[in-house]
Amino acid sequence: MNFSAYLKKNIVYLDGGMGTLLQERGLTVGERPERWNLTHAETITEIHKAYFDAGSNVVCTNTFGANALKFSETELEEIIKAAFENAKTARAQSIAPQEKFVALDIGPSGKLLRPYGDLDFEDAVALFAKTVRLGVKYGADLILIETMNDSYETKAALLAAKENCDLPVLVSNAYGEDGKLMTGATPAAMVAMLEGLGVDALGANCSLGPKQLRGVVEELLENASVPVLLKPNAGLPRSVDGKTVFDVTAEEFSDEVAALIQKGVRVVGGCCGTTPEYIRMLAEKAKEYTPVPVLDKNITVVSSYTHAVKFGDSPVLIGERINPTGKKRFKQALKENDINYILSEGVEQQERGVHVLDVNVGLPEIDEPEMLKTVVCELQAVIDLPLQIDTSDIAAMEIALRRYNGKAVVNSVNGKKESMEAVFPLAKKYGGVVVALTLDENGIPENAGGRVEIAEKILKTAERYGIEKKNIVFDTLAMTISADTSAATATLTALKRIKNELGCRTSLGVSNVSFGLPNRDAVNSTFFALALENGLSAAIMNPYSADMMKTYYTYKALKGLDENCSEYIEKAASFAAVVSAPITIEPTNAEAFKSELQRAVIKGFKEKAGAITKELLNSVPPLEIVNQEIIPALNVVGEGFEKKTVYLPQLLMSAEAAKSAFEEIKSAVAGEGSKSVQKATFVIATVQGDIHDIGKNIVKLLLENYGFDVVDLGKDVPIERIVETVVERRAPLVGLSALMTTTVPAMEETIKRLRIAAPWSKIVVGGAVLTQEYADKIGADKYAKDAMETVRFAERAFGKFSRKGLSPQGNKLDE
Amino acid sequence: MSVVTKTYQAPPFCEREILRYAGCKTANEETLSLLASCLEEVKEKLVYKVCYREFSLRISADICDFGAFRVRSTHLARNLAGCEKAIVFAATVGVEMDRLIAKYGRLAPSKALVMQAIGAERIEALCDAFCEDIKQEKRTALKPRFGAGYGDLPLDTQKQIVAVLDCPKRIGVCLNESMLMSPSKSVTAFLGLTHTVYATSAQKCVFCDKKDCGFRSEQ
Repeated sequence: MNFSAYLKKNIVYLDGGMGTLLQERGLTVGERPERWNLTHAETITEIHKAYFDAGSNVVCTNTFGANALKFSETELEEIIKAAFENAKTARAQSIAPQEKFVALDIGPSGKLLRPYGDLDFEDAVALFAKTVRLGVKYGADLILIETMNDSYETKAALLAAKENCDLPVLVSNAYGEDGKLMTGATPAAMVAMLEGLGVDALGANCSLGPKQLRGVVEELLENASVPVLLKPNAGLPRSVDGKTVFDVTAEEFSDEVAALIQKGVRVVGGCCGTTPEYIRMLAEKAKEYTPVPVLDKNITVVSSYTHAVKFGDSPVLIGERINPTGKKRFKQALKENDINYILSEGVEQQERGVHVLDVNVGLPEIDEPEMLKTVVCELQAVIDLPLQIDTSDIAAMEIALRRYNGKAVVNSVNGKKESMEAVFPLAKKYGGVVVALTLDENGIPENAGGRVEIAEKILKTAERYGIEKKNIVFDTLAMTISADTSAATATLTALKRIKNELGCRTSLGVSNVSFGLPNRDAVNSTFFALALENGLSAAIMNPYSADMMKTYYTYKALKGLDENCSEYIEKAASFAAVVSAPITIEPTNAEAFKSELQRAVIKGFKEKAGAITKELLNSVPPLEIVNQEIIPALNVVGEGFEKKTVYLPQLLMSAEAAKSAFEEIKSAVAGEGSKSVQKATFVIATVQGDIHDIGKNIVKLLLENYGFDVVDLGKDVPIERIVETVVERRAPLVGLSALMTTTVPAMEETIKRLRIAAPWSKIVVGGAVLTQEYADKIGADKYAKDAMETVRFAERAFGKFSRKGLSPQGNKLDE
Repeated sequence: MSVVTKTYQAPPFCEREILRYAGCKTANEETLSLLASCLEEVKEKLVYKVCYREFSLRISADICDFGAFRVRSTHLARNLAGCEKAIVFAATVGVEMDRLIAKYGRLAPSKALVMQAIGAERIEALCDAFCEDIKQEKRTALKPRFGAGYGDLPLDTQKQIVAVLDCPKRIGVCLNESMLMSPSKSVTAFLGLTHTVYATSAQKCVFCDKKDCGFRSEQ
């Protein structure tokens, strides 16, 4: 019988601990247990056999750390080959009667993935793929990916398994005492992601004993539609007379785990500290149990690297602001690769209370796959909301879904054959809840009936691709009532029918309904309320609209979705605040405003600086605001810093206040064809091997304030990339940062190469380990001890482009 | 003796220390409110994890022999002189700290700076709490903790430390190609068990040779 067939009908017993047993047999501290497959083949075989004899259906090869980071390719193959020989010999030797399988065991790489570690996602996939291919070559019956404490690495390993074999794949994560993975994911989030990727069983192992993992197991059982696995430790290790003992006996362990089998766990075994005895007792106790059937939970769910968001009774808000359509400032950000602007839109929407972020970066003149990949990676580095990948570019969609650390919303597919053929295979491979638009080759049906028919067609086709109904969310297309006053009714009727007749979840881009009308918020929010009452599960909407948020909170309170109306009460106070003017400014004439702006910058009042600038722009030319107000204020702070009367946090707060003023200016002139023409370009990077970028970011902020066109290459930047960028932009100024002595050689090499390829550039260096002496030795033009000194140097080096001439909003230079 | 993993409660925050790491000798009202808002955001998000292992120690000349591995360093040998046992430990406040630093690095460098300072203060506070705990548990005094990269102890000693403590699995601390740890607010160190009483961490700067250090405490 193959493993999948066996798993369907039976409780599966895995093996128990390996590492602890090897230590008892003489494995020394720091020694690689995988090598024992070769050096101590008999010992390994004996342990495997003991597990088979105790009743294990599956033994896992001794290959936990067998990957190409830890072993050479030749040794890796030898180890995996020997590991399978040992397991198979044990299987042949054991006369125990149960079905017996050998699993390729895959543990974590030992590296953290980018951006917080230095292993790239694709490199991780390639790394695991090597181990998987060898496991297949030497006869694995199944694969067990285990003890993973990071969701992203788990995804890389599972993807590698799926792309390189057809074997069943079991995935088990190591949850901490807080019930989450080390990098933050809850069990429900892991279920969403792993099921999306096509896992055959999932669960928890290691770190804790069965009692402490109970909560995790219950959450897994509640959410999973595939069998749940549990392989706990024998409790926690303690040291007694210099020996390690675990505090849960075989008796207690088997009681606890057997109880969880009765709750529905289908695959059981043990991890650290467990022995064949633990498995024998467990198999004995659960012998008469009937396996609890695994049921489809029929949950429509997406996830981020921390949590799951379910499409259920409570409406899901999907923030629509990361989208260039109709937004000049956003378009400009995309063209200038201004990722921070895009991130700030994400953070802002999160603060307003959305549950999912729509991400659309489509613009004709940019490389959309590359940009979407970058934006998805940047967003998921700092924002823990699930993302909705919004693109019609299939290449972009694939790369974004692949890199996404969770299960995304896919926006969108429609009833056209071509669309379904492109999108469904991606949704099947990477997982995702797909937004399906009820239109096809014949356009958008005018009446509800036509839209429901298309929905049925989409469902049928999805089924052929193996995509379940729960993973399709229908959008019955909100059309503007300014063109056809019956449009909203058609949309709502279709919505209601799809929900009731097809039993599907729904979503709408609400704002479209009011296109062309005045006071759109009023129409949108009322339409939103109607849609909710007709069964809308999710809305793609503008969370900055107070009306929309009011409708949302009010609806929840009215429908019994807000216990004690507590959320409503909490938010009610802010409803009024949002409508009133954001910031009141006392002085009323331009002169008073000006001194007020200087004060705001000096004090570091970010919002105020922005608000005053906005007012001032009505009467004062942008260049004058910059040169007469902002820069002089910055200079006051900068000089204070140099004299040590102002400290770094204050300098930065002022710089941020100035930036928010510049942001207003930028918005005001965006799209007026005033894209920066003659600003001096300053390429800045933290050198290869170094990941410290706070100092670099501070320098960047100040340089931007002083009008330089800063190209920020980030941290750990390869030498080639710095050189290429400087040459390509013909940048006259380069700033390199290093914090550690070990990365100064990379800085030196970068300078050498720049001298050859870009002899015109002036190079300034900084960072904790640098000194004037060091800087001279490695051939830099300047050592700057802090950000202000870099600014001063840049300005001096560009004497010709005086400070007055360098305006951030791109006005021409007045030399 | 095998690796022991411990999770601690948040040690008390020391605002003065955080401001020192942020480069502030005195703080005005705006800075204090910035600090308060950062602390508010950080508080629930950190973990305080340590894994450690005790070793018998033999020192001859500049070789420190821990049985399972050996390290060559005059400075470490001097630091551990007279100790028969030493603890090797790794501590971290988790990846969430890095996420906050990265987030504000993008959005508000002033906050990033303060978050960075909080991270530095947190991990030091955790190391102090751990050392205090060991002192109580072992009823012993401790040598000042000594980390890879101090003096002539090579930075790539990190590789051995991370391996013998099984750090990635125990507390999620991994090493990158440059021997830096991720999460970044993590520390590894040697800790000699001794009978002589040495400096407490409050006086740690007194024992450091780097007299021109910008962070030197003025106690």
